[in-house]
Amino acid sequence: MTTTVAMVLIILGCALVTWLPRIFPFMLVRNVKLPNIVLRWLAYIPVCILSALVIESLINSEGKFVTLNWVNVCAFIPTLLVAIKTKSLSITVVIGVVTMAIIRNFT
Amino acid sequence: MEIQTKVDQSIHEHTFFQGVKDCLPTLLGYISIGLAFGVIGITSNLSVLEIFLLSVLVYAGSAQFIFCGLYVAGAPVSVIIITTFIVNLRHVLMSFTVAPHLTRYSSLRNIGFGTLLTDETFGVAVTKLSKENRLDGNWMDGLNLTAYLTWIASCTIGGLVGKWLPDAQGLGLDFALVAMFVALLVLNLVDVGKNKLMHYLKLIGWMAIIMYILSYFLPGHLAVLIATVIVASIGVVTEK
Repeated sequence: MTTTVAMVLIILGCALVTWLPRIFPFMLVRNVKLPNIVLRWLAYIPVCILSALVIESLINSEGKFVTLNWVNVCAFIPTLLVAIKTKSLSITVVIGVVTMAIIRNFT
Repeated sequence: MEIQTKVDQSIHEHTFFQGVKDCLPTLLGYISIGLAFGVIGITSNLSVLEIFLLSVLVYAGSAQFIFCGLYVAGAPVSVIIITTFIVNLRHVLMSFTVAPHLTRYSSLRNIGFGTLLTDETFGVAVTKLSKENRLDGNWMDGLNLTAYLTWIASCTIGGLVGKWLPDAQGLGLDFALVAMFVALLVLNLVDVGKNKLMHYLKLIGWMAIIMYILSYFLPGHLAVLIATVIVASIGVVTEK
């Protein structure tokens, strides 16, 4: 349970660079009224960022060619179907984890 | 009629406790990734105190994992800090999306909302937003603090007992995060109406193509950031 001054400083540096991007927009929009086109653009961010994060997990860019990460794709399909059917966050997470456990342990 | 709706809305202000409750479905993700981080931290020669400090001060899953990787590799401090910055830059977009709905609260509270924003709480918040078109401060605090405390506890416990934990991969727990993003994506598309849904599905198609191309020459976190900027712009240009 120890650390060094140097390590604490590195962690504080990392904390600062993750904190500023998170709070800067909150400060800005209090003082500047965003133009309509920016607000329309921002309306697309949730679906874009969530789909980007999902797609990132479905591709494998380790090799020479970018390929599908088949294990994740196989778990993704039932997870997506359950999400569409139930529209429930908790059920989807549980089914996703169980599906992945089955794939990893029985294939 | 409209006045009536407004009155009803102010009566049903979402409480801190409701925020805690809405956070619960995401906790499996935080707990499994947090435990995994604790284990990785220990194997990367970090002390439990350092793991605790990282989860309290940096509070960002992907950045913390990359921190371990770079630290073990003996990367210079500048590289560690710059990489952490880039990995978390997508939070700018997330904060910009959420912030306009919370300007009625004080600066201090807004700093609080921003400080505790993560991929997951962002996902839950925008889902709430797509359903009800507004966000309440107390609800945000309930959501954020529940996630934050769970994350700190999970990382620290992972560091303390990591050696005795079963392999999280074998249990499929690492997939909790992806499953959560899938569910949040679907929940964000549920209420948009037929025409808009087609538009969004086309954008997701674009996203797949652009992510694929970018992945050839960019690390995943940068591909996510840049693809999001490009596809949101396509969204604005192609909307009717």
